[in-house]
Order: sequence, then C-alpha cells, then structure tokens
Amino acid sequence: MSASVVDNTVSSGNSSVAIPTDISGQILDLDEDDELEVFSKDTSTTQTDGSSFNASMQTSPASMINQYKFEEEEEDADTKDIFVTVDNPESHVTAIETYITYRVETKTTRSEFDSSEFEVRRRYQDFLWLKGRLEEAHPTLIVHPLPEKFVMKGMVERFNEDFIETRRRALHKFLNKIAEHPIFSSSEDFKIFLTAGSGELTSHKKQGPGFLSRMGETVKAVAAAVRGVRNRPQEFTDMQEYAEAFSQKISSLDKVTQRIVREQKEYLEELKECGPTYALWSQSEQELAEPLKNVAGCVDNCCKETEEQVKHLNDHLIPVLHEYVLCADTLKMRDELDKAEDRLEWANNALKTDWTRWQKVMRTDLRSAFIDTAERNVSYYEKCLAVWESFLQSQRTDAEGNGNVDSS
Amino acid sequence: MADSGSEDIAVIGNTDLTPSESENNLKNTMVEKGTSLLKKMEISVAEAEKRTGKNAVNMQETYTVYLIETRPVDAASEETNPVPDSLWRRYSEFELLRNYLLVTYPFAVVPPLPEKRAEFVWHKLSADNMDPDFVERRRVGLENFLLRVASHPALSSDKIFYLFLTEENGWKETVFETGFQAKADSRLKALNATFRVKNPDKRFVEMKHYGDELQSVISQLLRVRARAADRLYGVYKVHGNYGRVFSEWSAIEKEMGDGLQSAGHHMDAYAASVDDILEEEEHYADQLKEYLFYSDALRTVCRKHELTQYELEMAVQDLTSKKQQREELATGTIRTFSLKGMTSKLFGQETPEQREAKLKMLETQIEEGEELVKERNSECDEFVKSAWVDIERFKEQKDHDLRESLISYAIMQISMCKKGIQVWNNAKECFNKM
Repeated sequence: MSASVVDNTVSSGNSSVAIPTDISGQILDLDEDDELEVFSKDTSTTQTDGSSFNASMQTSPASMINQYKFEEEEEDADTKDIFVTVDNPESHVTAIETYITYRVETKTTRSEFDSSEFEVRRRYQDFLWLKGRLEEAHPTLIVHPLPEKFVMKGMVERFNEDFIETRRRALHKFLNKIAEHPIFSSSEDFKIFLTAGSGELTSHKKQGPGFLSRMGETVKAVAAAVRGVRNRPQEFTDMQEYAEAFSQKISSLDKVTQRIVREQKEYLEELKECGPTYALWSQSEQELAEPLKNVAGCVDNCCKETEEQVKHLNDHLIPVLHEYVLCADTLKMRDELDKAEDRLEWANNALKTDWTRWQKVMRTDLRSAFIDTAERNVSYYEKCLAVWESFLQSQRTDAEGNGNVDSS
Repeated sequence: MADSGSEDIAVIGNTDLTPSESENNLKNTMVEKGTSLLKKMEISVAEAEKRTGKNAVNMQETYTVYLIETRPVDAASEETNPVPDSLWRRYSEFELLRNYLLVTYPFAVVPPLPEKRAEFVWHKLSADNMDPDFVERRRVGLENFLLRVASHPALSSDKIFYLFLTEENGWKETVFETGFQAKADSRLKALNATFRVKNPDKRFVEMKHYGDELQSVISQLLRVRARAADRLYGVYKVHGNYGRVFSEWSAIEKEMGDGLQSAGHHMDAYAASVDDILEEEEHYADQLKEYLFYSDALRTVCRKHELTQYELEMAVQDLTSKKQQREELATGTIRTFSLKGMTSKLFGQETPEQREAKLKMLETQIEEGEELVKERNSECDEFVKSAWVDIERFKEQKDHDLRESLISYAIMQISMCKKGIQVWNNAKECFNKM
C-alpha cells in the first residue's frame, strides 16, 4: 500500500491529505507581471525594405539582421497553405544497423515549391539534422523540441510499437510547428527536408555548415563587434526568469500526470479482480445469482472504460506536457544567448516577437490539451453512470415483475 | 462550486438514496415484519463513550460503552416525546448475550456482532479500536445486531434479551445463573471435535457447503474491494497536486492566470471528494461483513445438526451392540469377539447365576438405551424442523438484504460519477478561460 500519494520531488512538504485552502504562501512572489507588459503585441517595423527573409538573397550581414520581418501576429488558420503529415513507420535492415523511417507527406500551394504534393521517407537522424540547422540559423528563435533520442525509463526497446507510435506523433507535431512558424517555414533546409530524395538530402547535408549557419555565425560576429553592453536588457532577464519558473511548473505537471497514470493503472489492476469475484459468488446463489452477475458485468464494463481513459491520458495529455518540458529546457538554454547576442539584436525584436508568438502557441496547446482531458474525464464518468443506471433499471423491472414492493 | 453542467442524464427512480437511508429501509422492513417485541418497543444504540476503569486483574484500562435506548412504540406518535429508558453496555456484554443465545437456541441462525477488531482495512482506514470512525461504525453494527435479534421470531421473546435491554445492573449475574456456560463448554468441545456422521440430512450438508462458499467469496470480495479503495484514494488525492501546481503556475502567467487558478480549485475539490465517497463505501462493506459473519452462524447451525445426528447415531449404535450382546448371552453363541468371551472360553464358562445377572443388567441398559434413542431421535427431528425453518427465514432475509446492498452500491457509484461529471465540467469551463 502506498504510504504517500505525493511525489516528493514535486511537493515542497505539502501533505496530500490536507488540501491547503490558503495557497497564497505558495504563489511565487513576482513583480514580473509588470515587466511582462512588455511582451504585449508589438509589431515594430524594420528599417529596410521589409522584404521577407529569403535564402536566395545575398545581402550584407547588417541588413540581414534587419530583415527579420514581422508577419501578422495572428496565424490565420484559413490561410494555412502547407499541410505536413508523418506516418507509416517502417523498419529497415542493413548490414550495419536497423532503423525506422517515417513517411513524410506534404501538400502545399506555396509557389516556392515545385509541385503541390511530396512524399519522402525520413529517419530520426534527418529530423535531428533539420532541427540543428534551424537552431544554427536562428539562434535567437525558439525551435520546437524533438522527441528524445533514447528513452531511458524501463527497458523500452527502440522498436517497441508504443514507442514508435509516440515518437511518430511527436515528429508529426514537430514538423507542423515548423510549418506554422512564420520564419522557419520558409527555411530552405525545411523545404529540402520535405521534398528531396534520399540521395539529394544526403548530399545537401554534406554541404557543410551551409549558408544559413554561416549567416548565424555572421550574426554572432556582428553582435560581437557591437558589443559593449554590460547589462542584460531587463526584458531578457524577465524572460529567462519566466522560463525557469515555467520549466518548474510544467515539469511538475508532467510528473503529476504520470503519477496519476500510474495510480490509475494500479486501481485498474485491483478493479479487474472485483468483477470475477461477484461472478464467482453468483454461482453459489439462486435468487441473488442474477443481480450478482449483473454487478459483475457492470464492474467489468467500468474496467474497460477506465482502461480507455488511462490510454487517452497517456496518448494525449502526457505527450503534450512532455513536449513543453523539452521546450522549457530549450528556453532555459537561451541563457547562452546573452553572451553572443546583444542589445542591438534585441532591439530588432526578433526575439521578442518570437517569444510572444511562442507564448500564444503554448497557451493554445496547453489549453486545448487540458480541455481535451476534462472532456475525456466527463465522458468517462458519463459512460460509467450509464452502466450503473442500467443495473438499477434492471433491478426495478425485476422487482415489479416479481410483484415485490421495493423498499427503496 | 459553480454548477455549470446541465443534468441531462435521466434519473431513474430514486437514485439519490443515501446509504443511511437504505439502512433505515432495512430497519423498517424488520419492524414491518415485526415481532411482538418490536411492535411494543423502539430500540436504538444512540451513543458511544470512552470510559476508564479497573479491570478484573486490577489494571487500568480504557474501553468504550454504548448507550442502548428503548422507548415504547406508542410514545413516538404522541405529542410529548418522553425521555427514553437507557443504559450503557460494553462490547463484552454484547458478546455474552450472543453466546447465551447461541447455546440456548441452537437451532437458530443467531445474528452476528460487528467485528471485534478492524479487518480488511485499507490504508486510510484505521485499525485502531479507539478510532472514532471505527467506534461509530461499531455503534451502527451493534444497533443492527439488537434489531436483528428483536425481529427474530424465537429470539425476540427471550427474557435475558429483554433484561439486556432494560436492566443495567445485575444482568451479568442473571445470565450466569441460567447455567448456560456449562452447556456452552460441553457443546463447544463437541463442536470442535471431528466426528463422522453416517446419515446427515442432505439439506444441512448442502447448507454447510454454501456457508463455506459464502464465507470464502465475501472475504475475497472485501479484500479486493479494500485494495481497490486504497488505489482509488491515491488517484483522487494526486489530483490535489494539480491544484497546487496550477495555482503556482497561475502566478507567473498573465492571461492564463485566472483560468488556471479556478481550475486548480476544482482539482482540489475533486481530490477532497474521495473521502466522502469511500466513507459511503465502508457502509456497503459493513453490510457485506454482516453476512460474512452470518455465514459463520449458518455453519454453526449445520454443525449442531451434525452433532445431534451423531449423538443419535451413537446411541443407536450403542443400543444395537447391547442387543447383540444380549442375544449372544441368551443363545450362548459368541459372534462378537470380547476378551471376556475369550477368557471364559479359556478359563471356563460363567455360572448360570452370573449369566442371569448380566442379562438383567443388559435388559435395563437396553431399556434405557431405547429411551435414549427415542429421546435423541425426537431431539434430532425437532432440531431439523426448527433449524430448517430458521434457515429458510435466513435465506429470504439474506436474499432481500444483499440485493438491497447491491442496489445501494450502484447508487453510490452513480453518485460518484455525477460528482465527477460536475467537477470536470467545471474544470473545463475554467480551462476555456485560459
């Protein structure tokens, strides 16, 4: 029997039995709320011709920095012009290794693409490569995380079905986040990733750091040249503080949810024994046999519903929380930025706008994940309710049939 | 809590019956079918109190006493509500009463007492006899016991029972004066011994097996249920952590803050709701436990039948052998081996006078034996008759009560589901505001 239901790494001495009604003591005392005002919608315009960033344009480093143009803050779903899906995992065996590839299908109306439909096969390494390139090219922007390379918990094989499916979903989300990003989606590397044949991709990869990362290095060089700023901008500090706090919270949520799944699974194990016990009992009875069998059936049905519910948590809420745990890690690592970037970069708002955008996306993602979970829980209880009400109904019908006056 | 969800789930009949209500229904049934005692008198175990005192070996001990209240039935309908008669009893006195009834009415399926020590506990439930929840549940169990006895056709008219309810002082002495203890000791020894019965009544054999099965399956059910309750407790309580984290998180968010904060409160409410849910389920467990203990009473009756049957068979066997001995003595043929027979062969026959004396003795013994067999036969018959009547009564009661228990369990589950729906709908509204 569990002695405590509170994960010690999550709680700070809080007992699970006494739910504190006054939680004010636990609220972070932050003045940041005022500072966060800075992160409201801010579309400062660029200073140059404002043309959108295009890999084929050769310009001076300075003007390139200025060319981080700001699209409209809102991502209008109706104007989505690219659809990417990741599916159909297949395993490949060679002399040296075994690996999985995923089908990546793209449908688009964008002019820079030669055709409107593409289908390629990619492996995890390729996704890693893409992410790396985007990070190099846009060191100040937030790149959505990839699922982890290895899963350390338990002895999960790389080729276990659940693992592959979880990974596939995460890869799908990754590509879609890239596609929805105003800047990343126009990346040449992204285009190549989606469209190139495997040979073409390999040779592209071999091209060395590439134009984009050269660009990134140039940014760093420019920044170094203009260095002289001693203090971090306040907004940057606030952002990093938020990132730290957010990371803690989202990790906690991740842990709590995983704990819930564990407890639910253990509950399910016990519940699975109830139904058969009622059924066993019914075999010794005469009058009681029917209601007992009925109850056994009800309990078994509730078991099924519980199983579904656990699966849903595992497949939907947990991956989303996990994604944002990884996101938060990415955010925290941007502390490094401070050394390379500077106020000039900041002033150009690339960071700020992307940050605002990221927050919106985060809000949307987490909100819909929680809403989804709440709805699923409601549905779970509704189904169980129906199961037991039908039992009651059958008992009342029985009673009337036998001419008994039910004392209830 | 804001009630946002619409209740468009059809409510079939009275699905809001609380467990205490269904217990009342049980009592009402007992009263309706009423014995003459219950027609006259209202019985309840109203309170429990802790006492300290010196026990038999002069050591300080703490124990609990229970207040038994009785009130004439007519009084309740009058305007004036007179103070009920009351007296205090402790658990050991209830045990004494029950042992007395067991010995005095061997054919009866005597209602069981609530458990002496908490069994089938799960983590939150205390195993401590002094724990207030345990004491409260025991109080209910004791009241149930008294009502069951009071509604039993044979037991309810027992004088000692009546005195238990009405005479605080000197009751113990009165019980001991009945001398039931002597009978108890010998009966107990006999019941615990192993003996083979040649011709038991088949119905009783079946009943004993049923009693075994019932005991085994209810024990299993109680164990499994307790473990599941423990796990369910864990699931609900962990959600309390959501409450805490949401609240902390809301402090660092601007737009999501309100939604998160209120969602957090609903998570706290969800976590807290499990205490009531599981307390209700304990009532259900108690109802099952009563029949777990009843199964023991049933088996005891069957065992007693075996005992009376065995005693009859022994008497018959004894009589048969004596008759045989008489025959041998009369005809001089020795069919059965006996040391006396051998020695008389070796050392010479007995004198005719000796034989005459022996025959006379045998005749007396045979006469007595025949009386004994007659006695035991009618004892056995009577026992079988009255025991079977009570067993049938018990069966009907059991079927009715357990069916009601299952129904009340379903109602509890429904109530739990309704609460869950409400909480998660509320949480969803809050998430929407994020």
